[in-house]
Amino acid sequence: MSFGIPFFPQQASSAAGSVDALFYTLLAFAIALGLSLTFLVVGYAVKYRVGSPAGRTGERARSLPLELTWTIASLVIAFIFFGWGAVLFVRRDHPPPNAIEIAGLGKQWMWEFRHPGGQREINELHVPVGRAVVVSLASQDVIHSFFVPAFRVKQDAVPGRTTHVWFIATEPGRYHLFCAQYCGTQHSEMGGWVTAMAPEQYASWLESQGEGETLAASGEKLFQALGCSGCHGNSSKVRAPSLAGIFGRPVALANQQTVIADERYLRDSILVPNKEIAAGYEPVMPSFDGLVDEGELQMLLAYLKSLSPREPAKNEAVR
Amino acid sequence: MSVSAAAANYLGEGSGPRAWLLTTDHKRVAWLYLVSLTAFFFLGGAFAVLIRIELATPAGDLVSDDVYNRLFSLHGIIMVWFFLVPSIPATLGNFLLPLMIGARDLAFPRLNLASWYVFIFGSFFALFSVVAGGVDTGWTFYTPLSTLYANGFVSSAALGVFIVGFSTIMTGINFIVTVHTLRAPGLTWFRLPIFVWTMYATALVMVLATPVLAASLILIVLERVFGIGIFNPRLGGDPLLFQHLFWFYSHPAVYIMILPGMGVVSEVLPCFSRRPLFGYKAVALSSMAIAVFGFLVWGHHMFVSGQSAYAGVVFSFLSFCVAIPSAIKVFNWSLTLRKGEISFETSMLYALFFLALFTFGGLAGLFLAALAIDEHVHDTYFVVAHFHYIMVGGMVTAYMAGLHFWWPKLTGRMYSETWGRIAATVTFLGFNLTFFPQYVLGFLGMPRRYHTYPPEFQFWHVLSSGGAVVLAIGYLLPLFYLTWSLFRGARAPDNPWQATGLEWQTSSPPPPHNFETMPVVTRPAYAYDMKGLEHERFSPHLEAGQ
Amino acid sequence: MSGQTQSIAFDKASREKAADILAMWVFIGSEAMLFGAIFLVFLIAHMNYGAAFAAASKHLSLRLGTLNTAILITSSFTMALAHMYSADGRWRAAIWSLAATSLLGLGFLAVKAVEYSKEFSDGLAPVLGAPFSYTGPDPVHAEFFFGLYFAMTFLHALHLIAGILAIAGVLALWSHANPAGRARRIQAVGLYWHFVDIVWVFLFPILYLINRG
Repeated sequence: MSFGIPFFPQQASSAAGSVDALFYTLLAFAIALGLSLTFLVVGYAVKYRVGSPAGRTGERARSLPLELTWTIASLVIAFIFFGWGAVLFVRRDHPPPNAIEIAGLGKQWMWEFRHPGGQREINELHVPVGRAVVVSLASQDVIHSFFVPAFRVKQDAVPGRTTHVWFIATEPGRYHLFCAQYCGTQHSEMGGWVTAMAPEQYASWLESQGEGETLAASGEKLFQALGCSGCHGNSSKVRAPSLAGIFGRPVALANQQTVIADERYLRDSILVPNKEIAAGYEPVMPSFDGLVDEGELQMLLAYLKSLSPREPAKNEAVR
Repeated sequence: MSVSAAAANYLGEGSGPRAWLLTTDHKRVAWLYLVSLTAFFFLGGAFAVLIRIELATPAGDLVSDDVYNRLFSLHGIIMVWFFLVPSIPATLGNFLLPLMIGARDLAFPRLNLASWYVFIFGSFFALFSVVAGGVDTGWTFYTPLSTLYANGFVSSAALGVFIVGFSTIMTGINFIVTVHTLRAPGLTWFRLPIFVWTMYATALVMVLATPVLAASLILIVLERVFGIGIFNPRLGGDPLLFQHLFWFYSHPAVYIMILPGMGVVSEVLPCFSRRPLFGYKAVALSSMAIAVFGFLVWGHHMFVSGQSAYAGVVFSFLSFCVAIPSAIKVFNWSLTLRKGEISFETSMLYALFFLALFTFGGLAGLFLAALAIDEHVHDTYFVVAHFHYIMVGGMVTAYMAGLHFWWPKLTGRMYSETWGRIAATVTFLGFNLTFFPQYVLGFLGMPRRYHTYPPEFQFWHVLSSGGAVVLAIGYLLPLFYLTWSLFRGARAPDNPWQATGLEWQTSSPPPPHNFETMPVVTRPAYAYDMKGLEHERFSPHLEAGQ
Repeated sequence: MSGQTQSIAFDKASREKAADILAMWVFIGSEAMLFGAIFLVFLIAHMNYGAAFAAASKHLSLRLGTLNTAILITSSFTMALAHMYSADGRWRAAIWSLAATSLLGLGFLAVKAVEYSKEFSDGLAPVLGAPFSYTGPDPVHAEFFFGLYFAMTFLHALHLIAGILAIAGVLALWSHANPAGRARRIQAVGLYWHFVDIVWVFLFPILYLINRG
């Protein structure tokens, strides 16, 4: 019917419908306002053209009520759309509990994803339909942006911090994955496909990829290999805080402040250990900046998180 | 007044290169800017045409990815900093501000000439980047791409933009001081033409926002050259800090680019409607409101950057607030036509097209300010379409309106109305054909700055590329008939449009010091409904006696 | 037009003087935004790495910094004298005050140069590819501190040089200008000079005195 010309983006996530509802309402308003202004201006232009017989007598009075009406009406309408957009948007900070957490890493010029079971994909992301998926995003080099139009989600991946985006796919299918933030030479090649599949198919797909090692398990190996366990392990001679159950817990710092051990804290503690010293310990830990790359950092974080019971996951996603 | 005495006007005051390059006459400096900005406009436009040709097909078959990235970066850098920011203020503003307030010149004529030299000096650095191999950071210079990864000539481009910033600040200071100290007797603030109000508001933004851009560009160059890690997370810096600094300037810069356009339209619409501007005070004060609010909304460029969602909510709220003064202006312009005697000269056509395109662009702004929609259309062609509707559909159309409106005053010559109307219409059609499809593309999810794209988007890209050709013709036409008019156009009378501003009360072109006798103002602006105003508004000097 | 004004735009010297002063204030507002942005960057960094910054700050020479603060405050005083003398028409005294002001400015730069060379030889200057050797805790952020320190003080020094050149300009044009023109220029340059001093008055505590007590 549309001769293969696309007019609307596909709707394939739980958010797509509500975002589109706002979009089309705003579109209807914009068209209504645009058309009435057009009619007004074109109407005046025709009616009051030079030499037309239209009456021009009488004051073209400035009417205060009229001006107040359009000012207040504009305000009210603007605030309705503001509130609507904001309510939908703030949801992105609150992923449902028990979401699958997939680590996403952007680098010039590819996306690398790792599933909780350790399955690794490049420029492809397989997700189950009907289940919330949180993608925690990091970047190896410049700023990238994870964008799946059919899901109406977008989030920048910023070097030096972890960001999150979540969605619930609703329709099985293959959808474009783009990098939306200009990232250098092959920016337009950086992307691929998100494949949403029925839960059973997703399970068998995971299986077909081979069990592999879970992300946390790789992290644990790394934890040993880098010598972290030498100090943070149970039988160490150097006094370093135990990391069991660390994630999501409050940590008392040497400067009398308390921070929650979230991803930001753990990341900084690995790369910039002297920044926030846990109370009662000496600042002796060396920085691992340059020794671990972003991918390895994600493994270490997965391992540290696995040392905590599952439920702080809610907490973590808030940042 | 005589129209033939060549020596009595500013164009007759010597014609060698020295007489132009060492002039301190604001009218001649305006010409220096006009010629240089026209060159930059067509250079930036040539890059745009190449981009559109490349995008006619999904594959990257005309130029390589690196070349494509350089094309859109240079298109942005040149158009924003070397055309749009100075466009109306440096040309029409320079020429008209003293005339409109009844002054002999700007407060600091030598500073004015110096600003042009600084502009040219800065543009050498930018042009060096073009010739040496280009810049591939986009006009936004986002870190760490620009500091650690980009392989183009970033430092020299950033330095060029930095130096041009000085010229912007010089112009801004000059305008502010001129409006404060050089208004003619009787010309109170609320008798000023809206064009002067918008120049004043623009100048304020120029003076207060440009230094922040300067600071961020200094930091970029320091980081690239000296390795200071202010934006580098590895050295404790933060790449988002750059975005905060950059948009703190660059969002207000958008108002530097659009406010002067609003000023031009506020002059043209009343003139060809033969009616005062509707809601003069509301339009004047909303210009100031836009200038102030413009400083508070930079975070709406960063909704999905990783700043907190609640910061996003605050910036979204403020962005909706800035829509209100713009909406008020649109209503006021529309109602100005009511009960008028409307005629459709070229500049009136451009002004009406401005009204339409600015409204379409502004309405799209509501979509972008609504957080949930922005998450989807951010960094897509929707944004590209939005700002081209405002910057090109709005600002460049207003610039054309102003250029045609005051051309008789600038040159003393009339151009062909027929060709002018054709060019205005071609531009309007070409513009919509180029950029309306980009709204659809953005909604479909086509990211911006893509060298290649999925084939299903091709239909809309082809429309857009076709429109670009029409648009290019629309912009090339005036180059020819306006240049032709310089030599062959009919002599212009002093006030061809029977307009009310002080600038129309002197000869066309004006004498070297603008007025034979200094004017005294006894009427509000836009007194089109008052009888016999031509003779009363411009009173002889004697009346100033008391 | 009349011989009393410099720019053809003005009729009266008093109006032109008001314009000059207004222009200088607007320019200072603009400069304040420039330094404001960089101060903001510094303060954000300081919020994040307060301890490292405090430790690094101890490596700056408080003695030389204090000396420079005293020099600049004295120069503001002599600049104020110049303004006062010019208002009274005591031109000779005004010339001497201006000369003293610019000499004090040069003195500041000399002390700053000594400080810089000391920091370079101590390996505390992570700029221009100079080696950075720092023994305190958290060298990464100490390097960041020194980067900001050099960026900010160098930017300030550039402004001071501009101020000295402006004073030199006033003196060079002395015999060409009428009394009103001289007073006008002295007042404008004076405003600028005081502004550059005030910037230093902010720079000194945040760079040299943070968490020192």
